[in-house]
Parts: sequence; C-alpha cells; structure tokens
Amino acid sequence: MPKEEDYKKLINKVTRLVFVLFSLFLITGGLIVYYTVNPSYFHSTESKTIVNIPLEEDEDRIENGIHIRTGLINNEGLMTVVNNCTNCHSSKLLVQNRMNAERWNATIKWMQETQNLWDLGKNQKVIVNYLVTNYPPRDMGRRAPIENINWYYLKE
Amino acid sequence: MKRRDFVKKGTLSSFATLIGADIIFGSNLPDGYIPLAIQEPDPFKMFNKHKDMIVLNDKPWNIEAQAHLLDDKITPNSCMFIRNNGLIPENIDAKKWTLTIDGESAKINKIYTLTELKTKFKQYTYQLTIECGGNGRSEFNPTAKGNQWTLGAVHCASWTGIRLRDVLKDVGIKNNAVYIGFHGVDLHLSQDPTKEPISRGFPMQKAFQDETLLAFKMNGEDIPLVHGYPLRLVAGGWPASVSGKWVNRISIRDQVHDGTKMTGDAYRIPCNPIAPGEKVKDEDMCIIESMPVKSLITYPKSGATIKEGRSLNIRGHAWAGELEVAKMEYSIDFGSTWKLCAIEKPLNRLAWQHFNALVSFPRKGYYEIWAKATDSNNKAQPMLLPGWNPKGYLNNACHRIAVKVN
Repeated sequence: MPKEEDYKKLINKVTRLVFVLFSLFLITGGLIVYYTVNPSYFHSTESKTIVNIPLEEDEDRIENGIHIRTGLINNEGLMTVVNNCTNCHSSKLLVQNRMNAERWNATIKWMQETQNLWDLGKNQKVIVNYLVTNYPPRDMGRRAPIENINWYYLKE
Repeated sequence: MKRRDFVKKGTLSSFATLIGADIIFGSNLPDGYIPLAIQEPDPFKMFNKHKDMIVLNDKPWNIEAQAHLLDDKITPNSCMFIRNNGLIPENIDAKKWTLTIDGESAKINKIYTLTELKTKFKQYTYQLTIECGGNGRSEFNPTAKGNQWTLGAVHCASWTGIRLRDVLKDVGIKNNAVYIGFHGVDLHLSQDPTKEPISRGFPMQKAFQDETLLAFKMNGEDIPLVHGYPLRLVAGGWPASVSGKWVNRISIRDQVHDGTKMTGDAYRIPCNPIAPGEKVKDEDMCIIESMPVKSLITYPKSGATIKEGRSLNIRGHAWAGELEVAKMEYSIDFGSTWKLCAIEKPLNRLAWQHFNALVSFPRKGYYEIWAKATDSNNKAQPMLLPGWNPKGYLNNACHRIAVKVN
C-alpha cells in the first residue's frame, strides 16, 4: 500500500504547512495589534533618554551673557526686569528705547496711569538702573553717518 | 495658550486640540518635541512678509520694510509695514461683522452689516500713501520713545471700499459735528477688555474727502487680517494711525475725538518749535494732521558698487501728505549741488509719485546719493533732522544711499 502511505504523508505535510502558516498569521496579526496599541515598545529606550531634556530648566537659560528668552543682557536686575516688564510688551521695546533715568521714570509713571502697570515699589530703582546701565542713551548728533552698508556689485 | 504651559502638559490630546486636527503617527513624536504648527510663531509666514522685512517688536507686532523692498509702484502685501498698538484680533467672522455709527452728532444710531455696506453704497478704488507718524523715529536725538522705525513704515497700496461720507450722510449728521472717532476690536496689551489699544480719528473735512474710504479690499483681495480684515478705515496722507483697523464703530463727535492716543504725547507735536529734549506742556501740544513731504530711493539698494565711467539709474517714490510733489532732486555731493529727477503725476490724489534719474559720477570714490522732494507749497525735505518732539514724529530728512565707484 505504498500509494496510501504516500497520500497520508502528503496530508500530514499539508496539515503542518497550514498550521505553520496559521501560526505565522496569528503572530503577525498579534504584533500588528500590539504595535497599534503600544507602539513605543518597539522603539529603543536609548533614543528616548537622548531627547528627554527637561524643558523647564531651559526657560531662563543664559548664553554668552544674554538671557535667551528675551535677548536681554545678563546683569544685575535682569530677572526683575524680565518679570515686571516683559509680560505686556516685548523686551525689544526696552532695547530700542535708550533713555536716561528721568525719562524711564516718567515712562513707568505713564504706564501705571494708563497701561495697568502695577506699583513697582523697590523694584523700580533696580529696573531703571538696569536699563540705563545696559542700554544707555547714545548721542547721534543731528544726523548720523549712513550705517550698516552691505556693499555689493551692481550688475546692470 | 502659551508655549510654556503647553510643554508642561505635553500630551497628544492637547497637541491635537491646539492644532484642531489629530496628529497622524502622533505616538512617534519624540518626547519634548513640539509640532511645527505650534512652535514660536514665524511672523514672515504668519503675515506673508518678505524675508528682508525687519521685526521691531513682537508684542505687539511691529514690522517695517527697507527702502529697496518698496520698489513696486503699488506696494504688495509682502512689503507693507505692520504697526499694531494692541493684540491682533482672533476668530473674526465677516458674515456677522457689523459697523455701528453713533456719537453726539449722529442724527440716529445705525448698524450696518458688511453685506449692506458693500451693496448699498457705491464702491471706489484709490491708491493711497499711508505712512506711520513715527517713521524715521530712530534718528532723533535724544532718543524719542516708541518703536524705532528707520524708514520703512510707509506703503502705497490700492484700496477698494465705500466713501465714509456716503455712510455718514445715510445716517444723518447734525450741524455741530466736528470730528469722527473710530473703534476697533483689537485687544489692549494688558488684556483689559475695558481698554482700547487705539481709537483715533480726524476732522469732518477729512471724513468728507473722496478718497477717505471704509475699505474691504487691498490690492484687489480681502484685506489681510493683520492689515484690518474685514473692514478698515483708510485716510491717505495722514499718520497711518488714523486709518483704523478692524473697525466696528465710528462715532460722529461734537468735539475733537478724545479716544486712546488722541491726547498727551501720542500723535501730537509741540505747536511751537522746541529745543531737543525740552519739556512741553500738554496744552502746547497739537494733533498731527497732514504728513510732510518725503521721498525714498528704492533702486538701487544702498551699498551698490559700480565700475568707473558707468552711469547709474536711480528711481523711487515721493509723496507730500495732502499735497502733491512739485519737484524732485538728487545730490551726489552732500547737498552742495542738486540735479532734477523726472517725476510722474500721482495716479490719484494722495498716491505717491514715481521719480527716476540717470546719475553719473566725476571720479572714483565713495558717494552718497541724497533725494529731496519739494511739495506744491514750496516746502522741501530738510537735510538734517527736523524739529525734535517727545515722540519723534515727522522725520522727513532726505533719504541717503551709499554708492562706491571703483
């Protein structure tokens, strides 16, 4: 009965093949489902630790003497200025306006009378001192020379 | 939501809420990574501005052009300066927008929808020069308070809308009317809803000019949000601050309008000339009306180097507030001698005028080309800074570009 045995073997082979294929299908399916539910499992934990910089510590970071978030010079009174002067308006307004103490005090008074600025108490002196020290008035005469010329060859 | 608060939360759902869409592959975002859509705003993308525009202030947003960016005859949006006194309004629904006309000198109070304004009144288009009163402030000495504009706070776009006087007449004006004052929907920097960032206006005479518009189009398209969408008051030749953005109410006043930035040092100059830095009493300050005569060389860009023996074509624009520019000149010897430029007539009243000239140089060296316009009342631009004033308005000193001949 060689034919019958051969036939049985063939059946067994087919059964095993079907079983293997089915198992593969289950494993693959399982993996896909698992990946969908919890994809981070397949990422290496190493890369995670590399990018996981605590952002909170960066907020008031100083580089080359500059407070990065506001662009202000790191000097005595910096954080008093940051906390009192950059809530409503940009620090760019401070850097642009080069005034003496008298005019800064007058400006603060104006902001308190019309712009909802709070009473600065002892901090006012710290703030004004910071501004006139780090951003002092400049004497430009009646007309300054043309500045910041970027020379280029004009092709016509 | 502030960026910092946002990072603290740092969850996908809050990302999604903020962007208004689910983040596909969101779970793959590295920890601490902030999607591009909500990073620190890029003003050039946000406002569609040219990359060479200069940001003077980011709270509130104030951005200016450079002379060479203003070379077009009609200024495109990309090169128009941005001046804000408060925070740009959000979530504007033009379909629900209304304009209220009220005030002591309005016969009745009347509310119009935007559609009513567009259909009921005849539409006009004018090209209008609009310059910030503080353009050129950076040159004043001692420093004048405010955004330090150099020379790019001016533009001349094409505006389409209805005449303000047609609307005011439709409401009815009492005989005692003196001034109009506008109100907009922008928010005060302190976020105090009871405060207006700016509420200025002008005399009835200006309100009645043909070119004074309630505009809803700029250069043929809806006005961009930052320039006043969906409705902007436009009054050429006067400080840009009278051209109120996001306007939803106009008051016809029986007195000079006393809204925010109509009093004190704001948009006012000493009635009589003062020494630099001198203090001025409040009652000695006068409201700025027409802007003074001024011009810009928009080609070539300052810093051009040319070969010896070559002549140089220069061109630019000149304007004179309520008046016209009668004469345009240039000098290459620091004002010792002046030569005439060809100057065109304005497209309409209050539009800037285009000039050009062919300049030749006697020998090698460093030159400055100075441009000087003279208005129809024979007033010319000064070479040095004009009268100092506390807020540094009205600097119309001649524009200068540097040129080298090798």
